[in-house]
Amino acid sequence: MKLVLGLSLTVLALVTLSLLTGPAEVGAGESLRALVFGSDGPLGMVMREIRLPRALLAPLIGAGLGLAGAAMQGYLRNPLADPGLIGVSGSAALGAVLAIQTGIAGSLTLGLPLSALAGALVGVALVLVLAGPGGGALTLILAGIAISALAGALTSLVLNLSPNPYAANEIVFWTMGSLADRSMTHLWLALPLLAVGMALLLSLGRGLDALTLGEDAAAAMGVRPARLRLGLVIGTALVVGAATAVAGSIGFVGLVVPHLLRRATGGRPAPLLWASALGGAAMLTAADIAVRLVLPDRDLKLGVLTALVGAPLFLHLIWRSRGERA
Amino acid sequence: MTLLTLDRISVTRRDRAVLRDITLSVGAGELVGVIGPNGAGKTTLLRTALGLVAHEGHSSLAALPEPARARAAAWLPQTREIAWPVSVETLVGLGRLPHLGPGRRMGAADRVAVDHALDALGLGPLRPRTATRLSGGEQARVLIARALAQDTPLLLADEPIAGLDPEHQIATMTVFATLAAEGRGVIVSLHDLGLAVRHCTRLLVLDHGRLVADGPPREVLTPDLVARVFRVSAHFADTPQGPVFQPLEVLPCPPSP
Repeated sequence: MKLVLGLSLTVLALVTLSLLTGPAEVGAGESLRALVFGSDGPLGMVMREIRLPRALLAPLIGAGLGLAGAAMQGYLRNPLADPGLIGVSGSAALGAVLAIQTGIAGSLTLGLPLSALAGALVGVALVLVLAGPGGGALTLILAGIAISALAGALTSLVLNLSPNPYAANEIVFWTMGSLADRSMTHLWLALPLLAVGMALLLSLGRGLDALTLGEDAAAAMGVRPARLRLGLVIGTALVVGAATAVAGSIGFVGLVVPHLLRRATGGRPAPLLWASALGGAAMLTAADIAVRLVLPDRDLKLGVLTALVGAPLFLHLIWRSRGERA
Repeated sequence: MTLLTLDRISVTRRDRAVLRDITLSVGAGELVGVIGPNGAGKTTLLRTALGLVAHEGHSSLAALPEPARARAAAWLPQTREIAWPVSVETLVGLGRLPHLGPGRRMGAADRVAVDHALDALGLGPLRPRTATRLSGGEQARVLIARALAQDTPLLLADEPIAGLDPEHQIATMTVFATLAAEGRGVIVSLHDLGLAVRHCTRLLVLDHGRLVADGPPREVLTPDLVARVFRVSAHFADTPQGPVFQPLEVLPCPPSP
């Protein structure tokens, strides 16, 4: 309880800080007043149209990624699992890349995110068909790896054959992940998908707890393995698909956050779901503030920063837990 | 009261018959030992009874909806899995999951069941320890306590005493005997025929997927059956401390027909 409260307060503080971070140099009180009550000048618009969507998307997407990571690790009973394992992020990226390449992204307002969502949908459908209704965890991972590899190869093919160097450039930058210049429309597109996906993943806690004892024992404790897996795949697809559609590929949040919080939640998968959602929200909001403060003039990409911070953090965790699992 | 009924259960895997036409029932107060050589079908029989294996025939447990089944029978698989570094108390508490409504936390009754299970296995001192850091034998006892905490009328355990020291082997069998005396039913598969004879009220002998004997240990473990099914000779004696069964030597293979 203390942990959840602490993390919630951290997220609130970071969201406020995110609202106050930007190139326009305005006082904190004035900015927040303009956000709530509006203002005559451009400040109200800056707060409501530029900073607010960013300050809300970061914690939402971070929460989704952290939660999906915790659920995936709980289901596979492996602390190295990542929500990208089932191939959704790869296929969503392919959808986005196709939208940029064909020009849909430029001609339609939401062409890019919608195309990414379509990619995620195709990817998850293929994974479900490949893994079959009764298969175990292993077939799911293998199907996910196959789809990821295929999506990755097709993305490379698009880049390879791209006649337009600007499109290729745009694709490369998009895949690095960012929340810059997102509008409220992006938020309204992602919010319902993220909400449904997160609700679905949070409902899996009991089954994941039982899985601590193995698939056989869990099945005998009333858990329906096929239903649990379907909930996991669809929940992850909604969350990761929506996140990739509006923010591009953001790695390491789903991998590192559950790792950081596992000890604090006593190792049980169900409380780790809540904690990882809040932890992911805090981590991504902090990272999105950092990209604006570290190199304000160079548009440092969010995904680059999470990987830069996440990878050494992960190495440190591995270093610390060496020898604990014999 | 009957806790489990199996009616003409058969299991076929890859065109190989694993279980053939097994009919039996287990009532309250019984401690049933399932014995047989490796590959005789002991694990498959227990898993089929629970409905975890596709089968022909009827099992009263498999016919229940999953949540009701989880309150009717607890299952202790042979593979000892503890995926996360949770405390012993938390792990044993997982046995209460089938009794908790959606989103409900453990109540006083659940805590009593957990305490009872921990005490029965003598795990009090290990309570706050991390389950994954315990020795193999200690982990096995923690997992038995988990199954006890489920507090079901019937308990099915697959080789629960394999890998335990003699003290804890006997103590565990005594715990099962106490459960049976309280009016529950316990079905355990095991290889230690000596312990089976001393503690079980009834033995089921499986050989090549068939139920070849079913009855009290003294009537079942005849020299002829032990030679035919297990291919060993054995010494069986009644002593003031109870029955003693000791396998002695491997018998030569009979000439193939």
